[in-house]
Amino acid sequence: MVSIHVRDACVDFPIFDAKSRSIKKTVLGKAGGKIGTATRVPIIEALRNITLTLDHGDRVALIGHNGAGKSTLLRLLSGIYEPTRGSSRVIGKVAPVFDLGIGLDPEMTGYENIIVRGLFLGMTRKQMQARMDDIAEFSQLGNYLAMPMRTYSTGMRVRLALGVVTSIDPEILLFDEGIGAIDADFMDRARARLAQLVERSSILVFASHSDDSLAELCSTALWLDEGQIKEQGPLDEVLAHYHGRNHVMAQPNPAAG
Amino acid sequence: MQDISSAVEEAEPPLAPSRSFRRAFNDLTQGWQQRTLWGYLGWQDIRQRYRRSVLGPLWITISMGVTAVALGLLYSQLFDQELRFFLPYVTTGLIVWSFIAGCVERGAEVFIENEGLIRHLPAPVSVHVFRLVWRQILFFLHNLAVYLVMIAIFRPPLSWHLLLAVPGFALLVLNGTWIGLVAGIVSTRFRDLPPVTQSLIQLLFFMTPIVWVYDDLLAKGGRIAERARFAEFNPFLHFIEIIRRPMLGQSFEARYWIVTGIITGLGWLLALLFLRNYRARVSYWV
Repeated sequence: MVSIHVRDACVDFPIFDAKSRSIKKTVLGKAGGKIGTATRVPIIEALRNITLTLDHGDRVALIGHNGAGKSTLLRLLSGIYEPTRGSSRVIGKVAPVFDLGIGLDPEMTGYENIIVRGLFLGMTRKQMQARMDDIAEFSQLGNYLAMPMRTYSTGMRVRLALGVVTSIDPEILLFDEGIGAIDADFMDRARARLAQLVERSSILVFASHSDDSLAELCSTALWLDEGQIKEQGPLDEVLAHYHGRNHVMAQPNPAAG
Repeated sequence: MQDISSAVEEAEPPLAPSRSFRRAFNDLTQGWQQRTLWGYLGWQDIRQRYRRSVLGPLWITISMGVTAVALGLLYSQLFDQELRFFLPYVTTGLIVWSFIAGCVERGAEVFIENEGLIRHLPAPVSVHVFRLVWRQILFFLHNLAVYLVMIAIFRPPLSWHLLLAVPGFALLVLNGTWIGLVAGIVSTRFRDLPPVTQSLIQLLFFMTPIVWVYDDLLAKGGRIAERARFAEFNPFLHFIEIIRRPMLGQSFEARYWIVTGIITGLGWLLALLFLRNYRARVSYWV
């Protein structure tokens, strides 16, 4: 059964500056003894005491300011980060859709990158080869697929990555909105395909700043603020509270919302 | 609603803590299951390096051949060695050495250089190490061509003993893997380690019998033999001997196998310990 159980999970990032990342510092720091806090590595608490249970059919919108921990939470759910305290268990095949350009090798051809990305997402080589035509057609890259990726524009790269990710059958879809440069015409076609992908997947967690996109795909929402869950509930309610606070707290700046 | 979900949760088996040997093992087995992935990536690594060159990966073989012949000619003159023994000797030593040294050197950077992948795509950390070791194996196979040429020319007295090179190489692969895991994890945390490793490897090259012959020094007896025995503390000596001896038709020495076996066991214990304690930290540290 596809599900996500997160209990009291914290994600603390140690920030090593050049000095504390060297052995010298750690060894001397221990030997020196008393310095204590002075030699301690500073920590950023990206997520604090997250408790969350998601089951089949859940469509969750992640909302919050920049730096509230949305992307970190998505990475926690994807298994990239394991909680430093607390626990997190994710049962099901996860497809993370974060920064789409990452992990594509500029020296490999489009075809090769499609295979590699598919393998990383848990597909087999055969499965990816069977989807090749579909991806080629969707991405409209045509003969470019046989070219090394360094010849691609940013938009072409995103199209290819989007083509791969929307061709697979994930159980848990983790979607971070910042997927970058796509022209409007292509975005329309991508939207339909994304909607199909969401339909195929059992759980969706979608981080976005666009209320319209969230309303299209999600039914419930999770409001993150400074690494903590501020509110969890039906999408329109949480969004109303989120924006209500925004109007009081900050200047009405649509870009920040 | 709240009650139902908590009741379901309690029915679930307890979560394995993040630092457990089970998760360490899972990382290795899941990494192994993704062998099409690292197999493909390893091939790509090699193809890519020579992508626009005319001779392609043949360059691996050629450059090994040139180095082996040059070093062989030079040191056979310096140490007054017979060329028909010494050239295959240097070649075999170099091929094996470049496999292990590659696992150590590249191992120290294995997670650092895959930072993008680690932070964006969930995968067991062992995948990156397997990819590295697989790439080193492919290098080794390319280099083996030089050995075959040497054998064809100089015809050392090979016997059935040669078959021992296969388990010997298997042991070497096992060692390369644990070394890659440990070196990778430690140097992701401590960034001074990659340069330290590199200078250490360079030093170790001269302390390992590749361009000099350990047996000869022992045969000289006296103070020289005494000092030469210190080389036994160098694990690379044992790694090389278990393969080179069968490949050159030299006598079987159980000692090298025993030492290598012990190093393999202890090394994997260490690797499992590191995987248990720091596997989950890698994505935080890169």
